[in-house]
This record gives sequence, C-alpha cells and structure tokens, in this order.
Amino acid sequence: MVTKTLKKLVIASAITASTMAAGMAWAADTIKVGVLHSLSGTMAISETTLKDTVLMMVEEQNKKGGLLGKKLEAVVVDPASNWPLFAEKTRELIEKEKVDVIFGCWTSVSRKSVLPVIEELNGLLFYPVQYEGEESSKNVFYTGAAPNQQAIPAVDYLMNEVGAKRWVLAGTDYVYPRTTNKILEAYLIAKGVKKEDIMINYTPFGHSDWQSIVSDIKKFGSQGKKTAVVSTINGDANVPFYKELGNQNISSEEIPVVAFSVGEEELSGIDTKPLVGHLAAWNYFMSVENAENEAFIKQWHAFIKNEKRVTNDPMEATYIGFNMWAKAVEKAKSTKTDAVEQAMIGIEVPNLTGGKAVMNKNHHLSKPVLIGEIQEDGQIETVWSTEGTVPGDAWSDFLPVSMDLVSDWTSPIKCGNFNTKTKKCSAN
Amino acid sequence: MKFPSRKNALYLRLISFIFILFVSPNLIANSDHTNQLNETISTLLVKSFKQKTQAVKALAELDHPQSMVILEALLDTKLYYQRADKTIVIIHKNDQGYAIKKALNNKSLGIVKKKSLKKITTNNKLRKTIRSLLAQKKILNNDLSIRQAAIKEILTKTDPSLLSTLQDARNKEKVAAQQELLDLAIALIQADNAETETRLSAINLLGSSLYPVARGKLQELLNTNGQGEFLETNEQIITATQSALKKINGKLSFFNNIETLFFGLSLGSVLLLSAIGLAITFGVMGVINMAHGEMMMLGAYTTYLIQQVMPNSIGLSLLVAIPAAFMVAGLFGIAIERGIIRHLYGRPLETLLATFGISLLLQQMVRTLISAQNVAVVTPSWLSGSLIINPAFSITYNRIYIFFFALIVFALLLAILKKTTLGLQVRAVAQNRGMATAMGIKTKWVDSLTFGLGSGVAGVAGVALSQLTNVGPNLGQAYIIDSFMVVVFGGVENIWGTLVAAMTLGVANKFLEPWAGAVMAKIIVLVFLILFIQKRPNGLFPQKGRSSGGH
Repeated sequence: MVTKTLKKLVIASAITASTMAAGMAWAADTIKVGVLHSLSGTMAISETTLKDTVLMMVEEQNKKGGLLGKKLEAVVVDPASNWPLFAEKTRELIEKEKVDVIFGCWTSVSRKSVLPVIEELNGLLFYPVQYEGEESSKNVFYTGAAPNQQAIPAVDYLMNEVGAKRWVLAGTDYVYPRTTNKILEAYLIAKGVKKEDIMINYTPFGHSDWQSIVSDIKKFGSQGKKTAVVSTINGDANVPFYKELGNQNISSEEIPVVAFSVGEEELSGIDTKPLVGHLAAWNYFMSVENAENEAFIKQWHAFIKNEKRVTNDPMEATYIGFNMWAKAVEKAKSTKTDAVEQAMIGIEVPNLTGGKAVMNKNHHLSKPVLIGEIQEDGQIETVWSTEGTVPGDAWSDFLPVSMDLVSDWTSPIKCGNFNTKTKKCSAN
Repeated sequence: MKFPSRKNALYLRLISFIFILFVSPNLIANSDHTNQLNETISTLLVKSFKQKTQAVKALAELDHPQSMVILEALLDTKLYYQRADKTIVIIHKNDQGYAIKKALNNKSLGIVKKKSLKKITTNNKLRKTIRSLLAQKKILNNDLSIRQAAIKEILTKTDPSLLSTLQDARNKEKVAAQQELLDLAIALIQADNAETETRLSAINLLGSSLYPVARGKLQELLNTNGQGEFLETNEQIITATQSALKKINGKLSFFNNIETLFFGLSLGSVLLLSAIGLAITFGVMGVINMAHGEMMMLGAYTTYLIQQVMPNSIGLSLLVAIPAAFMVAGLFGIAIERGIIRHLYGRPLETLLATFGISLLLQQMVRTLISAQNVAVVTPSWLSGSLIINPAFSITYNRIYIFFFALIVFALLLAILKKTTLGLQVRAVAQNRGMATAMGIKTKWVDSLTFGLGSGVAGVAGVALSQLTNVGPNLGQAYIIDSFMVVVFGGVENIWGTLVAAMTLGVANKFLEPWAGAVMAKIIVLVFLILFIQKRPNGLFPQKGRSSGGH
C-alpha cells in the first residue's frame, strides 16, 4: 500500500519537476519586454500607436538574432487611461511576467503613478513623451523632450518670429500642464510680459464643451495686441477643441495655437483644413526628409500594413529608446537593471532627423527642436529649427524650487536632484 | 493694280519706322518686365522666410499680371519647383498625378510625379503678408464678393499707406454694407494721424462699431508710457476716446451676456436630451438605471455605423440615424428590462448594481465588436461653422440645430405622454401603480415599453452627441452624472421639470465658467444641488398625491 502511494508520489513529483524545469528553460530563452500604453480610454488616441511601434522594434530586433543570443518577447498590457491601474500593471509586468524593461506611459500622471513601483522593484522604464521636467529617477530614461527642449523654444518662436504680446496658456488639469504653465509663466514674466496679458485656463480630461473657452480666447485676442495660445491639452479633448476653433473661425494667422501634445497621430482623425497654420513643437516631424526617416516610415508602413498611417515624435523617441536599450544590453552583456542603467550613459544612436541622439548623465537626451505648421493633409512642416541639438535639462532654471538642482547619475554624484548650492543630494 | 510708287514706298517706310519706334519700347519693356519677373520669382527659392517675404513684396510691387497668379498659387500651397532644374511651377492635382505649368507664363509642362517636385513652403506670417498684398489689389475689383473678402483682410491690419486707395474705393462703392466697412477701415487710419477734427469724427465712428479692431484701436490710443501718462497729447482726443470706449464696452458686455446665455441654453439642450429618458424611467418605475449613458453611446455608434453604410450622403445619414438609434437603444432597453430589471422589482439597490454591471458589459461589448478607440463621426457641412449675427456675437450652427432638435424631441415626448394611450397608461402607472393595475392596465407591459421609450430617447440623444463630442466606448460615462443631476433637480412629476432643470443647470454652469473655470463651475453647481435637495428632496416639480414615493 505504502509503496503504491510512494510510487505515485515519485512519479507525480518527477512530472512536476520536469515540467517546471522545462518551463523555466523555456522562459529563460526569451527576454521579456513590457509594453505599458493605454489601449482604451481618453489617451488611446495617442498611445496605441506607441504599442505598435514597440512591437515593430521587437520584431526587427528578433530578425537581427535577438539580444545576447535570446529572442525578445513583448508583453502587452492595457492600463486603459486609468492612472492607478498603470501602477498595478507595472507591478504585474515586473513581478509576475518578469519583464526586463518597460516601454510605456504618456501622461505625467501615469508616470508619477508608476514611479514608486518601478523604484521599489528596481525596474527599468523608457518614457518616450515630452513632459514637464522636475524629475530624474535612476530607474527611468526620458527619451522625450524636457521643457527646455520644447516649451521654452516654442515660446521664444512665438515671441520673436510671430511677435506675440498676449498669451493664453490652455491645458488639461493635471501635473504636466500645471507645471509647464508655472515654468512658462515665470519665463514670460521674466521677459517682461505683464500679468494681465497672460490668461491661464484648465479643463478636465475628455472635455468636450469648448464654446465658452474658445469664445474667451477670441475676445482676449481681439484687444489689439497679437495673441498666441500655448496648448498643453492632452488626449481626445483636442478633437472638439480644434473643431470649435474651426467653427468659431479662429484662423491661425490671427491667433496661432501651438500645441505640445498634438502630433500627426492626433491630427489623423480630424478634418485639418480649418487648422492649417496652427503650430506644433516637437523634436521630430514625419515630414523631415532624410534617409533614416524614409527607411523608418517604409518599415512602419510594411509592419502596420497601411500606407496611410503616420509617424510622430513619441514614435521616434520609442525608436531611439529601444535602440539605446539594445545597445546598452549588449555593452553590459546583461539585462539586469543596474548593469544596463550604467551602460546607458553616453550611448549614441542615430535619430530620425539626420543626426545622433546621445543619452546624458541626467537620463535625458540631446534633441533638436522643431517648430512646425499644420498642413492641409495633416502633416506638419518645419518653419523653424535649432541649429544643433539641445541637451535636456531635468530641473528648470526658471523655477526657484529647481534652479539650483542638477541630475547626475554617474559617480561620484549618483543623484537625481543634487543641489549645486548646498552640495547635497536632496531627498526626493 | 496700282504698284507702289516711289512716294508710297517712302510713306510705307516712314510708317513702319514710326511703328517700330513706338511699339518696340513696349516690347522691350515687356520682355524686361518678364525678365524682372523671372528674377523675382527665382528669389522665392530661398529657405529663409524673411527673404521669401521680401521676394513676395517685390513680386507685388512689380505689378506684372502674372504676379497675382503666382501669389495666389503660393497662398494655396500650389507653388512648387522641379527638383531637377529648379523651374518654378504651379500644380493642379488630378487623377493621373500632378499637372504642372510654368509659373512665369502658364505654359503647360505636362503631368509629373510628386517625387520630382518640392513645395515652396510658407508660414503664417508670410501668408498674412500675401493676403494683405492681394487684398490691396482686390479692393477695387468689379466683383462684390472679392471686394468684401479684400476689405475683411485689410481690416485685420490697416496699413496707413492704403488711405488714398480706400478713399477711392469708398467713392466708387454703391453697396451700403461695403461702404460701412470701407468707412471703418478709413476711420482706423484717420484716428491716428489727421487733423483733430477728422480724428474726432473717426473716433466717433469707431465708438459705434462692434468690430473688435475698432475697440483695439481705441485702446491703443489710450496707451500709457512706463509712468502711467498717456502717450497721446491732445486732451480732446483722450476724452473722446474714453467715451467712445465706454460706449463700445457697454454694448460688448451686453452681447457677451447674450452669448453666455446662448451657450448655457445649448448646454441645457444637451442635458435635456440626456436626462429626459432617465426622467421617464426613473419617474415611472423608480429604477436607477446606471446603463442610461450606454444607451446614448449606442445611439452615437448607430450614427457611426449608418455613416459607414452611406458614406456619400452624410446629411441624410444623420436623418436616418435618428429613428435607427431610437430602435436600437429602445430594443436594448426593453431587453434589459425584461431580462434583468423586472426580476429585481422593488429592490432599488440591487437594480442599481445590476444596471451598473450592464453598463460595463455594454462598454466592453462595443470595445470588442468595434474598437477600443474613438471612431470618427463626420459632421455634415451645414452643421459646421457659425452664424454671424453681428461682429460681437456669433453662434455655431451645430449648437443651434441641436437646441431646436432637443425642443422637438421634448415636444414629441410631451405629445406621446399627453395624447396617446400608452402615455396615459404610463402616467397612470407612475401616479399609482396599484390603482392602475386595478383598472386593468397591464403594468408589466407598460414597464417594458417605458424602459424602451426612455432608452430610445437616450439613443436619439446619442445621435446629437455624436456631432458635439468624441464617440468612444466611454461616451456614456461623461453624461450619466449630469443626467442624474438634472433628474434629481427637476423632479419626476412631469417632464417640464426636466426641461426647466436642464436649462437652469446649463445656464448656471456657463455663467460660472468664465470666472470659476470649467472644473470649479461644475463643483459649485453640484454643491448647490446638494444644498437644494436638502430643502426640497423631491426636486423642483415633485410628484403630488398619496402615491408619491410608494411604488
């Protein structure tokens, strides 16, 4: 009797052990890449295309033989524009799925939700979207623009080239527009703009009743001084906003609107005829002509099987981030966060505007700044650009709370918010 | 035949000599002109927008008949150059490709591929300059509509050098509306630099104009230097400007209030459409239907699907979508009622939870069957743009149509409830269910049909919403809270309550928005509502009679 049960036990444990071993061996054969972008909800309009970009990069890398002799496997989750869900999904990706890197987030509130989780579990996040700065984490690489690579040059363009004297700062109500507008307000006042010539306005995510706000912008802009609108509106609220601008006949020649979160992807769903001449500020436009960009667009069209799909700045940032991560993994000969993090600093890869992107000590890139005007076909054409690249500054020089801070993740400082005056690493 | 005699031959020679003497300078001048044109055009090939602006100005000054054609093409983004030999061409897109003609002389150069051409780009500033230059030429055109467009352009930036041209145009002008605009443009120039008398009459004219440029000019005249002193030295001018400004400001704030009132009424009409179905189901059955928003979402998606089926008649598709959305949402409503709600009769909390679950189900159903992302519902051309009543007041067409649409739906519902048998039965069940059953009314039937009616109206609301906002699976979530607010505020006795509540909440929200912001305004309205229902728990128009509250 005992031998029979013992036999059963031995066989059962043998089977379990072998399956587990086989499972582990199978799992050990791939490097898992987490994709954390909203595929539903108010931000899906912007983020879905980034998920597809990562999948395309993974496929491309696997064609080249993978990394360190292993194939890459993408693990896609949908945090559904729900900010607390971003944190939950990050934990799921790192603890359950055992991903070695996460490409994700768009809104700063989603990134802020992910931050404590990724720092606690010592994960790695590549964040491809322009943001408000005032942050530099050891576990995050920021491949999108900091305010000095997008917001400030855009305001300079409006001030110098367009001659704007009155300003409307319109944004969605969350951390990115609030912080960016704080920086811009301080910058404008430092440049001599009076407080009554600045109008600041916030709306909730998904806001669709723009009648009064657009009418107010019209009135504010008809007082005889050239007025410009700086828009940090995010997500699908942009669609009714631009529609209302068109309906109320606000032409870009009278009151130009420069948007920081509207690119080719957001424009592809709307009738862009009434928007011609309104502006966008990014570090890349699909219309930039050079060999790398042409190849990237061709590859994208083949992957997504649709010639009408567009490319945009966050896609370029994802492209740069992924290539940098791959190069760093090969340099460090490991996918462990600490090794890759150290190897990343100084990595150089080509960008899609004909130059090179380099990862700096503060986990930010040096990027060229492009200001473009929206065309009838939804493309954006450059009307102004910086001579070379601008290195990203994580801590704005225009806010008293951050003007003395620098971020430097190399020895000896190894701190994201080092105070240059007190020579101390301020606790987050 | 008479042969040319020696005398005639001499005359002939003299005449041809004189002819050549007079015509050749013209010919030379023309070819000179064309050469100049050619040179000027080629300066457009630069990259810098500053230089392009100079080229454009030179082109206009040249006054060659082809200048206007080239400037119009540049404005229209139809001016390109051939990559191979840098010839500047004007394009015309057709089915075979890009038909090009030489910009210099309109000579056709055949059809080419896009790749062989490069666009000559413009930016906002450059386009504005081109428009002004073209407007200056067009102000004396024979065609009225061209003159109207020209003066509108000139009004946005009146160049003092245009004074004589404008006065010339004014003298020749016969149409009153155009005369008014020309007078305004002349006044804008004369307010700055003329004799005091002329300036004062110009300022007076500006004071009675509602155009924003007039006000802008008056404010400019009152500009102060760093120490707060007026830059204008003439006391008379200062006083006249101040009183003119006061006059305008008074008028403008009046129109501002009317505009806000209209915004409030249009928001109210959207609230009315969303809430009226809920008022009916809540009123009759006491059921809190959390899936009501999804009924609107289904109506909006029905509009999208119908547009996919009839992509060439967008306007007609909207009219077809209205009954279709009613049917789709109504059928879903009846299914929900028969399937789930009737089993939870008398248990309001369970009904709330169950309908919440249904709302999640419906959202996910749409995500799976159609797409998780927003879908694009096309707005027909007659719904875009705005109706300009006067320069200070304009209303967008989509909101006008939706306002009247909401009133029509309201009137139809009122008719159904007051004039039809179903309506009579619905009201009876709402007032006293027990008595209604005793009178032989099939209350179970009435319940289903009521739910269907309420959901159907929500579907129709969805058609209207599809024209105002993004259509996505979450559309219902944005409107469910507002719908409940309206129903709670208005009471469930009769749908007049819903009408009054919707309009009041809409207007209150829009009057608060300018000084409190969109987010704060909503919060204030919510807080007010909470306080209101402390005093009147049954809303503005509560149900009367012993049966109220006792379903």
